[in-house]
Order: sequence, then C-alpha cells, then structure tokens
Amino acid sequence: MEVENMAGDYSLSDAQELHVLAVDDSHVDRKVIERLLKISCCKVTAVESGRMALQYLGLDGEKSSLGIDELKVNLIMTDYSMPGMTGYELLKKIKGSSALSKIPVVIMSSEKILARIDRCLEEGAKEFLQKPVKLSDVKRLKDFILRGENDNKETEQMKEGSCSRKRKIQDCSLSLTQTHDIPSSPKCSSAPLLQQSLLKHPKIA
Amino acid sequence: MERNHHLHRQLANLRQSFFDQGYLDEQFIQLEELQDDANPNFVEEVVTLFYKDSARLIHSIDQALEKHPLDFAKLDSYMHQFKGSSSSIGAKKVKIECTQFGEYCRAGNVEGCKRTFQQLKREYAVLRKKLEAYFQFVRQIGPIETASRPN
Repeated sequence: MEVENMAGDYSLSDAQELHVLAVDDSHVDRKVIERLLKISCCKVTAVESGRMALQYLGLDGEKSSLGIDELKVNLIMTDYSMPGMTGYELLKKIKGSSALSKIPVVIMSSEKILARIDRCLEEGAKEFLQKPVKLSDVKRLKDFILRGENDNKETEQMKEGSCSRKRKIQDCSLSLTQTHDIPSSPKCSSAPLLQQSLLKHPKIA
Repeated sequence: MERNHHLHRQLANLRQSFFDQGYLDEQFIQLEELQDDANPNFVEEVVTLFYKDSARLIHSIDQALEKHPLDFAKLDSYMHQFKGSSSSIGAKKVKIECTQFGEYCRAGNVEGCKRTFQQLKREYAVLRKKLEAYFQFVRQIGPIETASRPN
C-alpha cells in the first residue's frame, strides 16, 4: 500500500505535469499550441526561436537563472521553418548535447515533405506532426511520452531500489528493532521502516 | 425569450455560412473546441493575433513588391508565414491565395505575384470584416449553445 504509493509518486502522471517547451516563430501558432498543451494538462513554456530555446535549456553557454528542477523539460515541440535556426538545426543541437539528448523532440511543419520528415526522424526526432496541430495529436503525444518516461523511471527505480534498500536496511538496523521483519521483495505492505528510508532518499531524477 | 432564440438562430446561420461559402474550414471548429468557460474568448483572441500578423506581412509584401528586381525568395518566405497563420485559424480562401502566390513566386512570375497579391488582400479584407461582425454579434448575445435542440 504505502510502498505502492511511493512507486506511484515517482511516475510523472501522478507527481508532476509534463513540462513542454514549444518553439515557434508564429505568434498565432504559439498561442494555439499553448492552449492545446494546457488543455492536455501540461506545463508550457513557449519561445519564438531556436536561439531562445537553447538559452532556456541552458545550452548557449550562458548560465540559466532557473534551478535544474524547474527547468526540467520533458518534451520539446518545435516548428520546422523558422528564421535563423530551423527546427532541424535545433534538433541537431539538442541531440548533440549530452545534457539534453534524452529529451524527446517533436517537429511540426505545415509542409509534408518526405525527405524532410526522414531527415528529422534520422536525426532523432520522436515524431513529425503536420500543422495545424490538433488536440488529438497532442493527447496521443502526451500518452506516448508519459509511457516512455514511466518506463525509464521504472527501470531506474528498480535498479536504484534494489541498491538503496540494501543500504538503508543496514542503516535502519542501527536505530530500529524490527530489522528481521524487513522483506526482500520490493512490494510489501508491512514495511513501514522501508517506507521511511525511501522517503529520506532523494527523488530519482 | 422568443427574440433571444431568434438571435441565436441568426448567429448560428451566420456562422454556418462561413463554412458553406468556403471562408472558413474545419480548423476554425478545432479552435472553437478549445474554448471553455475559463477561456470564453479564445477564438477571438487567436483571430486578433492573426489580424496583427497579417497586417505586418501585408505591409512587408507590399514593400517587397515595389523593389526591382523582385526578391522571390523573400516574398516566398513572407507568404509561407502568411499561409501558416491562415491555415492555423482555418482561413480557407486566404490560404488558397497564399498557395497561388507561392506558386507564382517559385515560377518567378512577377505579374502573377502582383495580381494574386491584390486578390489575397481582397479576400483577407472580406474575411476580416465578416469575422469582426461575427464576434461583435457573439459578444452582444452570448455564446451559441452547441448542443443540438430537439425539434
């Protein structure tokens, strides 16, 4: 029960909203994508260029004023055709950065040019959406990203969990009397000691 | 009550005429569906942004068309933006003119560009007038109930 809740807290859908960075030079399109994302219960940051996106992500050399947690972006949605830096160029910069390459990037375009789509997907774009983007596109995208994030978290959790449990059990045994009751399986209802130690453990990023 | 129903019916007919006459397409309906009690003027807000963007682009294109020789790449770029925002609000006829203009640009057809641009400005002006009247009407009588009434 408590342990299962703990596991639930680590999943994005329960603990946090998806934070989406939307990049588009069109004011009209920024307003629309912002609304689509808010209706889909996502936190949105909308910027008008690739350069501003990189600034926000802290990738342009200048230190971002936001803390890492607030900054954490779960998805980047960028227009393809933008003056200055295209969405494709932005995609390359993100995928080329060790800090940011894991963030899924989706390209949006009004033009359905197959060579363009192929190039973007090859460069690591998660999806290519045709504009105008619809609510159904965003909902489907959100589910897809959440599933991916949850899979990642479960994998990390399982790895972390087995390590931390061993460590914490050793710590607990010093201060608590019921050490022999601590179960070896991850999901157990009678594990208040386990719960306390996990609570002290920092949130898995 | 009778009069109110009549006004709502008028508004519904006006709205329907935009689709029947090809001024607006499905995308406009997509925007309407994003509206709710917390955001009751969303569509009008987006359309207002469209007017702003359009005014800027029309001005830029007008100026660019005065230059000799024409910079077709620049013109195509402006038109791409115009087409994008027209598409985003469902401005069907305006979008068609944008597409036509783009084709003349790529063909390097000066007369075609100039002629199409005049046509585009006309379509834009007509649409803007219709939409302004429509949103004014909406504000006067309140939003349309989208649930269908039994006859």
